[in-house]
Amino acid sequence: MQRREFLSSALALAAASTLPAARAEVVSGGQPWEPGQANLPALPAPRQGGLAYFTQAEFDTAGALADRLIPADELSIGGKEAGCATFIDRQLAGDYGRGATLYRLGRFVKGTPEQGTQSPLTPAERWRKGLVAIDAYCQKTFSKTFVQLDGAQQDELLRGMESGKLELGSEVETRELFEQILANVREGFFADPIYGGNKDMASWKMIGFPGARYDFRDVIGKKGQKLTIIPTSLIDNTL
Amino acid sequence: MANVRPKVDAVIVGLGWCGSLMAEELTRAGLNVVAIERGPWFETSTDFPPSVDTDELRWDTRRSMLLPPAIETTTFRNNRSQTALPTRDWSLNELGYNVGGSGTHWAGMAWRFLPFDFEPYSYTLKRYGKQQLTDGLIVQDWGVTYDDLEPFYDRFEKIAGVSGKAGVLNGKQVEGGNIFEGSRKNEFPLPPLATTRLTDLFTEGSKKLGLHPFMVPAGQASQAYTNPLGVRMGPCTYCGYCLYYGCGNFSKSSPNACVIPALMQRSNFTVLTDSAVLRATLAEDGKTATGVTYLDRNRKEWHQPADIVIFSAFQMQNVRLLLLSKIGKPYDPASRSGVVGRAYSFQTVSGANLFFEDEQLNQYIGAGALSVQVDDYNGDNFDHRGKGFIGGAGILVVARGARPIGNADAVPPGTPRWGSDWKKAYTHAFQNGTFIFNQGTSFSHDECYLDLDPEYKDANGDPLIRVTFDYNENDRRMARFTEDKAVEIGKAMGAKIVNGFDSAATNYGPYLPASDHTIGGAVMGTDPKTSVLNRYQQSWDVHNVFVLGASSFPNNAGYNPTSTIAALSLWTAKAIIEQYLSKRGPLVEVSA
Ligand SMILES: Cc1cc2nc3c(=O)[nH]c(=O)nc-3n(C[C@H](O)[C@H](O)[C@H](O)COP(=O)(O)OP(=O)(O)OC[C@H]3O[C@@H](n4cnc5c(N)ncnc54)[C@H](O)[C@@H]3O)c2cc1C
Ligand code: SF4
Repeated sequence: MQRREFLSSALALAAASTLPAARAEVVSGGQPWEPGQANLPALPAPRQGGLAYFTQAEFDTAGALADRLIPADELSIGGKEAGCATFIDRQLAGDYGRGATLYRLGRFVKGTPEQGTQSPLTPAERWRKGLVAIDAYCQKTFSKTFVQLDGAQQDELLRGMESGKLELGSEVETRELFEQILANVREGFFADPIYGGNKDMASWKMIGFPGARYDFRDVIGKKGQKLTIIPTSLIDNTL
Repeated sequence: MANVRPKVDAVIVGLGWCGSLMAEELTRAGLNVVAIERGPWFETSTDFPPSVDTDELRWDTRRSMLLPPAIETTTFRNNRSQTALPTRDWSLNELGYNVGGSGTHWAGMAWRFLPFDFEPYSYTLKRYGKQQLTDGLIVQDWGVTYDDLEPFYDRFEKIAGVSGKAGVLNGKQVEGGNIFEGSRKNEFPLPPLATTRLTDLFTEGSKKLGLHPFMVPAGQASQAYTNPLGVRMGPCTYCGYCLYYGCGNFSKSSPNACVIPALMQRSNFTVLTDSAVLRATLAEDGKTATGVTYLDRNRKEWHQPADIVIFSAFQMQNVRLLLLSKIGKPYDPASRSGVVGRAYSFQTVSGANLFFEDEQLNQYIGAGALSVQVDDYNGDNFDHRGKGFIGGAGILVVARGARPIGNADAVPPGTPRWGSDWKKAYTHAFQNGTFIFNQGTSFSHDECYLDLDPEYKDANGDPLIRVTFDYNENDRRMARFTEDKAVEIGKAMGAKIVNGFDSAATNYGPYLPASDHTIGGAVMGTDPKTSVLNRYQQSWDVHNVFVLGASSFPNNAGYNPTSTIAALSLWTAKAIIEQYLSKRGPLVEVSA
């Protein structure tokens, strides 16, 4: 193992705020408990201009991608309005974006499909390189950016990425990039609004998911019935 | 090495179910015990109260309670001719990483294994003869039987507050329970969980086929409960934030809710958290261990001297610690000799995806083990003559709490994965889609094993475990057979679309859907040539080292493992207290 690699991964771990916090190390004579403390999720503070990781252009492309993957229709608002790009921007600025939990030591060698990803890229790096590659492809093919394409052209490109028919060049693995974009957009649509997406719990209303509710003893007996439970989120309304 | 802690009677490496049950027994017997746990302390009221727990992105999608691969992962290859590569992202290797271990975030299915599962070799020989066994399959008896373990299962069920219904009580079949289970002395401490539309559909459908459905024993308290250690549990509220989550209601059976509160009151017990054990240290003659070496949070190296060393660091870690400590002879697949790392296997899974026309399943209501199962095709509960395999699977449906991110790909086959058509299909499927899961037996094979990777290391510079694994012919035949049964049940349930799946139809891979129950590698048995541990989970080679966990299983049953590893831990604790403390030597003599 390279010394430098090891150091950077140890630092990444130390900086990784959503990894369990280190607390009392020798515990005896009762349970340690800190009054008034709760292990709340880490939410990176937005930078000036409102963005945490993306440039404005990247943010706009992420929004356009989200709007094709989750279009506005009679079921719900679209991915862009739901805040998927904001969600992704914040995720990429945090532990997730920097790949804090990924094993990133040793040689990166391409393996069998069963062995899974061997990419040295973090999610944040993959998005950045991926958006460059997408726009380069669009410029070459249409002399436009992704955002400037019409919906049908955008869908065509996404289908190509998904099926592996379209290769965006050597900087990113196209299929891995597509899977990451799709996963992150869906997360932005469905995760608790506390993370910046799922505006007004739009996705939960769409599928009939009650959100952050913790007690269903009163309704579990209503088998096979439509339950209209108003969803609730983790956003603390008392603040 | 300058830092030495005061010597203790026993050091426990890893504080999950195995470690905490062992600690409870040993401290109650008056021993001075230190447990060393790699992960942090977790406390219900601060780490997963309802206002923190209800967060799918954090706990499920981002796996925030599990061991990050960055800290330790495994390398993987399907066979010896390949080069193993590290599993870099979250995968089926879902290891615990906090006080409570995986027992904090598990689903809570709390099974006893069948009598067959402990003596597969004897049973098979008697009923079918040797020709039933495929080439290279590892089938051996455990050296401990269901009857030996019955009282310890009973004790665990009472400590954990398991909700269920007996099927065989003192040799007599009882209405409503699992008629195939081994005979029990006592009813479950709590009645079964509530049923749902999904469990009703499965119950009716499987009964139409002449099968025998029953509610799965659940580590979720169906009612308020006080366990034998005096710890109180609250009734489960069916919140569905269960598998991958802690429980904010003190309702899920976990070391945190059921054991640790009692343990922490004892002055002869101490936990060192955020501290990773590197290896056991051996005396010069190699016949006993002198303690363990560990790194504290600041990466300072310490020695903890102890008279007894317990490895309860989870199956994979146990094998790794044995290899790094040089305890026992590593398995060599070429010569088929050695034992540590041998008899590794997994869990063979098949089943069926179901989509109904117009149901209202409300599957967001549920609990990790709110489940109904048939055991008609599990273990040796059916006639295997002419089938070319042994074993089978528990076939179940589970209302574990459907969540929006995790379910997004659960749409009928042929549906696009994005766009308006996907939204429409998913909205329908969220109420109408579900699956039948066959949790199958697994037998190991001469070519499947664990060893230390020659290249990839953890952040401390110690080699990772290398997994060499693929499904074998026995398990593939079993999975095909049970897949067909799941499809039959799905149709009998009235689903419009029934699509069988079979994990063993392709190569194994750590990212492909299956279960996370890895087993073996440091198995118990009757012969030191084919086992690492004797029937008391004591090392054949180093008599003051005991190893607890699914690493002891020579084969996997068609169930989840935890009640069995818990019962085995309690069985071993009794052997330590009643035999080892006065003997200080091997508890089973090897005939020369
Ligand atoms: C998502 C999920 C769902 C599950 N659902 C079920 C279920 O429904 N039913 C069932 O029966 N089983 C289930 N299981 C399996 C069950 O959780 C495990 O079998 C059980 O918890 C294992 O207990 P253990 O004590 O052997 O190990 P663990 O609970 O893993 O505890 C081992 C502890 O050792 C620590 N450790 C590891 N290495 C070191 C080291 N070097 N130094 C110090 N400490 C170390 C770890 O941090 C960990 O806390 C599930 C598992 C997972 C991941
Ligand atoms: S489903 Fe029940 S046991 Fe599981 S987390 Fe919710 S309340 Fe706790």
